[in-house]
Amino acid sequence: MVLCLTAVCLVCAALLGGVYLLTAAPIEAGAQKALNASISAVLPEGGELSEALSAEADGVSFQYYESRKDSLVQAYAVKSTTGGFGGPLTLMVGVLPDGTVYNTSVLSHSETPGLGAKCDQDENFMKQWRGFGPEKKLAVRKDGGDVDAITASTITSRAYTKAVLQAVNLVRGFSGMPVDAVSGATKKTEE
Amino acid sequence: MSKFSLITKGLIKENPTFVLVLGMCPTLATTTSAMNGLEMGLATMFVLILSNIVISLLAPVVPDKVHIPVYIVVIATFVTLLQLLMQAYVPDVYATLGLFIPLIVVNCIILGRAEAFAGKNGPLDSALDGIGIGIGFTLSLTVIGIVREILGSGSVFGWKFLAGDGILAFVMAPGAFLVLGYLMVLFNKLAKK
Repeated sequence: MVLCLTAVCLVCAALLGGVYLLTAAPIEAGAQKALNASISAVLPEGGELSEALSAEADGVSFQYYESRKDSLVQAYAVKSTTGGFGGPLTLMVGVLPDGTVYNTSVLSHSETPGLGAKCDQDENFMKQWRGFGPEKKLAVRKDGGDVDAITASTITSRAYTKAVLQAVNLVRGFSGMPVDAVSGATKKTEE
Repeated sequence: MSKFSLITKGLIKENPTFVLVLGMCPTLATTTSAMNGLEMGLATMFVLILSNIVISLLAPVVPDKVHIPVYIVVIATFVTLLQLLMQAYVPDVYATLGLFIPLIVVNCIILGRAEAFAGKNGPLDSALDGIGIGIGFTLSLTVIGIVREILGSGSVFGWKFLAGDGILAFVMAPGAFLVLGYLMVLFNKLAKK
């Protein structure tokens, strides 16, 4: 009895280990490709991209990339994570040095299919980020801001907005500009 | 039972969703669109066929006392394999279904078929049973997905024929129960004839 169970478990574990080794490289390559695609999607064209850098704001560490043109930083791509409705929501946010959002792109999310998952499909939601300037308030309309939420997905929209705000604040910190308080998008944001 | 009826019984007489009412969790959760339903059905079918074959081979040598743990280990192995393979080679599908793939382990269709069929029959019959039940499950999920997508998003397989949002409730949990209930009534009414 014990022998049988042990044997089955051993075979299964060996099989899984083998497949893991086989698939680890393509999974890693896929993730890297997705990362590069998302970085170039949120930055203006023609810049020279830096290696991954990291900086801290509000006690949270962010990974970001600088895009330089003629040795001047023309934009930053910041990886920003918040707690969405179904789990962590990770965005790549392109921010110009003056705090204007250039574009955003979703790296990973666990939002509800058909609802919050629309955050990377809904044209109207996605296009509003392009050129979202510092004169506008980064909060959903329900909370008195200028962000149009996805229908029936306020929590996801709030989390998305908060992720963008975190990235913008980080960049504003670089240029010594005042930052907006990060409002509690969702109560629990600790990962 | 003839080989052919092993496959067809999964479609109507022992349809896993509308007649056996098994595997309700993925049925309700993933059928927000026709495509999601179809992909979930295919993923489940993949695990079902392989686990049925392996379990039918193992069953004669596994002592009764540990047969359930052994089945679960086999099923969990195939699900994890599927998860790794999907993540590596079809990352787009994985991005939408990723959350629900691990749940296939606890899908009672799979353990149910292992117990009720694969444990007592040969590998060929078990594979056919897996194919039949798998197709039945896939078709059911796709039909539920189509209905929910039409009503909830005004589109079919992502092709939008209606501007606007549709009746949002049908994309959410209540719509899943409603559609499932009505389709179940309809299915059983038609199947009885």
